[in-house]
Amino acid sequence: MDRPLRLISANPLDQLARTLEALLVVASQPLPVEELARAADDDAERIETALGLLSERYREGRSGIVLEKVAGGYAFRAAREAAEACSRLVERPLERGLSQAALETLAIVAYLGPVSRPEIARIRGVAADSTVASLLERGLIGEAGRESGPGGAARYRTTPLFERVFGLESAAALPRLDDLGGGEAEIKDRLVSIAERRAG
Amino acid sequence: MLLRELELDLDAFEGPFDLLLTLVLREELEPADVDIAAIVVAFVERLAARDELDLEACGEFLVLISALLELKARALFPDEEAELADLEPEEAAEELARRLAEYRRMKEAAAWLAERLAGEGDRFFRLGPAPLGPRSERRLAPQKAEFLAEALRALAVPPPQVSIAHMALRFPPVSQFLERFRAVLRRRSRFDFDAEVEGLSRVEQAVAFLALLELCKQGEIALAQASPFAPIRVARAGQETTVEEERTTAWTARSA
Repeated sequence: MDRPLRLISANPLDQLARTLEALLVVASQPLPVEELARAADDDAERIETALGLLSERYREGRSGIVLEKVAGGYAFRAAREAAEACSRLVERPLERGLSQAALETLAIVAYLGPVSRPEIARIRGVAADSTVASLLERGLIGEAGRESGPGGAARYRTTPLFERVFGLESAAALPRLDDLGGGEAEIKDRLVSIAERRAG
Repeated sequence: MLLRELELDLDAFEGPFDLLLTLVLREELEPADVDIAAIVVAFVERLAARDELDLEACGEFLVLISALLELKARALFPDEEAELADLEPEEAAEELARRLAEYRRMKEAAAWLAERLAGEGDRFFRLGPAPLGPRSERRLAPQKAEFLAEALRALAVPPPQVSIAHMALRFPPVSQFLERFRAVLRRRSRFDFDAEVEGLSRVEQAVAFLALLELCKQGEIALAQASPFAPIRVARAGQETTVEEERTTAWTARSA
């Protein structure tokens, strides 16, 4: 023993880190820094520092519990190396059987939300009723107001659960829409050349 | 012609089909208000009644009803109308390309999500509603005892009496008619109910009828009526007329 035994931590940051551990254990959803600061009754800057300590302690390969930044907050999850054991205990039913239609609808809501069912149907070219209903049921999307005017259609946006399931720090973690191939000019050229061939 | 004869009885319109079309075209009738299914039903019923297939009329009807349907659809979705119809071919191609590109982007985003999901499938975390409800602080505006007193005072005032004078129904008791009918039957063995209550108010007639039912239930009288809405004959129990007889009298009464 080269270090003296300490009964009470002399380092208040360490104490704050323990408080945060406790808060993260009782929460069932990611906690943003502000909320941690409010609950721990401390300032945000010190919370960030303490979270840095915890991230080092709870990381892949070092602990069975991993602290991750997800869905706009911090949350504990199981280490990936324990995934197989976890899958024998519980399953992740939320994303099971997500069809192509459901993924496309989810993408539209994630990028364009809040967005209404008719808008989704217009982009995909088919009715979106059942896919929207199934995504609502899974809790991946939620209602976010209505379109203006009487009888306005309900609008939807993705939930924090969506970000959590897909492991996204926030909605900003999605690839930029401009980086996804749209190829408007190319499609238009193709349309025009088809039309010309018909005419000629 | 079958079509010209087609009389319609819709919520928004009553009259011949021709007139309906004219009114819609003159924009005096909103196509959105016209129940097109009801017109089709009316036409089909008419067709069935004629028991012969008039192809010419059917064709004409089909053309007219589809035009009406299109008008209605446009009226229901006014914004869509302007979107593609008035575009030049060049613009239309651009709009179409824009839509296709939009969809293609979403398809790629969906593919990205699917890939992401496959990569994140081994992240397990606790789910479900928070086991403990979040603590919310209740903030109350500053209160004074006078506010409470004021609120209570408003509650202590007895509500104004609601007048139900207009609802009062004044009519004689059933017993009065019981006595009256018994008295009549002491003098005569049978009488005509309608004649007996003639000149009484509607409510009084209703009470008289209740008295009649009561007497019948008690077994004091027998009732006979030749047909629905025919005069009701009342007879002392044991002296009822047969239905046969009643029919004859009803017949005589009507032919007289």
